[in-house]
Amino acid sequence: MNADEQKAFEEEIYAFVGREVCPPTPAPDDVNMAMIRQWAEVLGETNPAYLDPAWAQQSARGKTIAPPAMMYVWGQEGFAATRGRAPNAQVDLVETFNRYGYTGVLGTNVKQEYVKEVGPGDNVSMQMVIDNISERKTTSRGTGYFFETLATFTDQAGEVVGTQRFKVLKFIPQEQPAAASSDDGGLEVPTRIASPRGQDNGWWWDAVDEGKVLIQRCKSCQTLRHPPRPMCGECQSMEWDSIESSLDGEVLSYTCLRHPAIPGYPKDPICAVIKLGEGTNIVSNLVGCEYEDVQIGMRVKGKIEQVDEKTLLPQFYPA
Amino acid sequence: MVANVKDKAVIVGVHNTRFTKNSGVSELNLAAQAVKGAIDDAGLKPTDIDGFATFTMDSNDEIEVARAVGTGDMTFWGRSHYGGGAATGSLHQAVMAVSTGMAECVAVFRALNGRSGHRFSDGVSGDIMTADAIHWGWYMPYGLLTPASWVAMFTQRWMHLTGITKDALFEVAHATREYAVNNPNAFFHGRHFDREEYDNARTIADPLQLFDCCQESDGASCVIVTTPERARDLKQPGVAVRGVAQAAAADQEQMTSFYREEFAGIPEMEIAAKNCYEMSGLTPDDIDAAVIYDAFSPIVLWQLEAWNFCGFGESGDFVLDGAMRPDGRLPTNTHGGQLSEAYIHGVNGIVEAARLVRGTSLNQPNKPVNHALVTSGVGIPTGGALLGKLDG
Repeated sequence: MNADEQKAFEEEIYAFVGREVCPPTPAPDDVNMAMIRQWAEVLGETNPAYLDPAWAQQSARGKTIAPPAMMYVWGQEGFAATRGRAPNAQVDLVETFNRYGYTGVLGTNVKQEYVKEVGPGDNVSMQMVIDNISERKTTSRGTGYFFETLATFTDQAGEVVGTQRFKVLKFIPQEQPAAASSDDGGLEVPTRIASPRGQDNGWWWDAVDEGKVLIQRCKSCQTLRHPPRPMCGECQSMEWDSIESSLDGEVLSYTCLRHPAIPGYPKDPICAVIKLGEGTNIVSNLVGCEYEDVQIGMRVKGKIEQVDEKTLLPQFYPA
Repeated sequence: MVANVKDKAVIVGVHNTRFTKNSGVSELNLAAQAVKGAIDDAGLKPTDIDGFATFTMDSNDEIEVARAVGTGDMTFWGRSHYGGGAATGSLHQAVMAVSTGMAECVAVFRALNGRSGHRFSDGVSGDIMTADAIHWGWYMPYGLLTPASWVAMFTQRWMHLTGITKDALFEVAHATREYAVNNPNAFFHGRHFDREEYDNARTIADPLQLFDCCQESDGASCVIVTTPERARDLKQPGVAVRGVAQAAAADQEQMTSFYREEFAGIPEMEIAAKNCYEMSGLTPDDIDAAVIYDAFSPIVLWQLEAWNFCGFGESGDFVLDGAMRPDGRLPTNTHGGQLSEAYIHGVNGIVEAARLVRGTSLNQPNKPVNHALVTSGVGIPTGGALLGKLDG
């Protein structure tokens, strides 16, 4: 869609806001014990206020009531709905979305508010409007719009029983990576992003793969340096070797990465700058503790661990 | 002491495009709008422009911007590296070109679809093998992938050493938000917030929460820099560059200088400040207002210390005394900052600093601002500039 088409499309959908999906419509059957019992049985609901007339007679109400959450049940169409619905503003809105490629549908939330109790013998009417439509959103399911209907329920006296807001995401379904395109047909599990391995740093990561954390050392003046680089900043020698760290360390600073979640990483990973006993600093993860328990100055001990299918990393634990 | 370019280059035109979350146009389109707007503001013709300065991160080739706007023959183009560290770095390029005569009218611009296009919060990845990717390789595997995560690591230690609390971070966020409330081009125009909303917002990377972070933005900003002689003939009061400096300090990494003896500080900005003060002959007492790079709230505090408005660890009390507020000691980020106006990589800050000196800042309308400070992003090689009235 170009900008003009996009504008025309949005004008078309936003014109639905405020339109009535149905006028106040009485339910075909009154609130009744048979339906209440069936609903309660399916949900495992045992509240005697709904189910036991004898108990209810002794209660403050003096009679049973319908579960408030059932207010949307009374006017439901039943089996007929599976053979298509009569046109109304909601059906037209959904078809408009579909026509422009927003064929995905996901009910995202329902919010009910209860005002008045009803019980067997009462009759519930429902009126529904399209209350609002969001701006275009990018979601993990695809780009789309949230629309929300507002249903208002009344009893035979015209008094409000409650309201229900129902939010639906209509979206352009994202292409799912075709399983057949990968060799084994399986889904690939994301792993951590690995460091590229070049001439100046590859040896360090190769050592991690063998279970060791090394620290580069200038052969000329013995100065340790991390991260590795080709020349000693102290004496400019390009000759170097390395020592293995014992991975005893102290936390200099830390943070917990809460948002956004990163595929392939644990939830809320703790990262820290750690001063190693040898004197150089290293960035790594703190594991085996909660964020709240971490303190600057805390002693830690590291070891190389396999953190996912492809990745070996030094990880530090409270010492 | 670096070479002295005091008052040898003057900002004569400024412009911001509209700032949005989805510009619907190319970055080149935004750049062209910003450059043309600044040329108009200056009362120049497109053909007067003979140089460009921008960020290495900007996607717009100077020659493409030149063709789009119809500028003149070009004798200078220069780019500054290190993300937001290039904000006053690009101004620095322009000042050097103009003060040496390499060019006469240089457009300093930055244009980005930072929300609808490439987002900074997408972080870094290891897809390509460069020195830069190898550098990020020391952090990526652990999850330290985004600007917020890197800044959080400095912030935690700095708060630990200074005892400064979230009260000060909130004051930075709240003071700038209140400025944005009055700025129609700010994302948070008309939207106040309070401590409760700040505290209840989600945590990004401890201790940074949502409103400690700037907003990914689409938009462009431009300032035109020319000679004092030329500036005196133009329609706007000239804003002279009294001092400008770039600096990287020992053991500098890009956002991750975690290997210094003490990393709760920004020694590179202290160098830039010292050089700007020496070049201009000014002291902190001479500075009436500031635009301090605010990708995240705590970095404003570090910079107040680096520019010697207060000592190390004193910035919390400094801002809690109301220094950043409209009638405070140093009204700061009076456009709403990048926390609340838009994140145009600090070049919208140069626009605001010029407006402060001109007397046209929306939030400092009747207050004489003799000198304003504007800074670049920190944690990286950085810089700053001191601006004042031409011939003032």
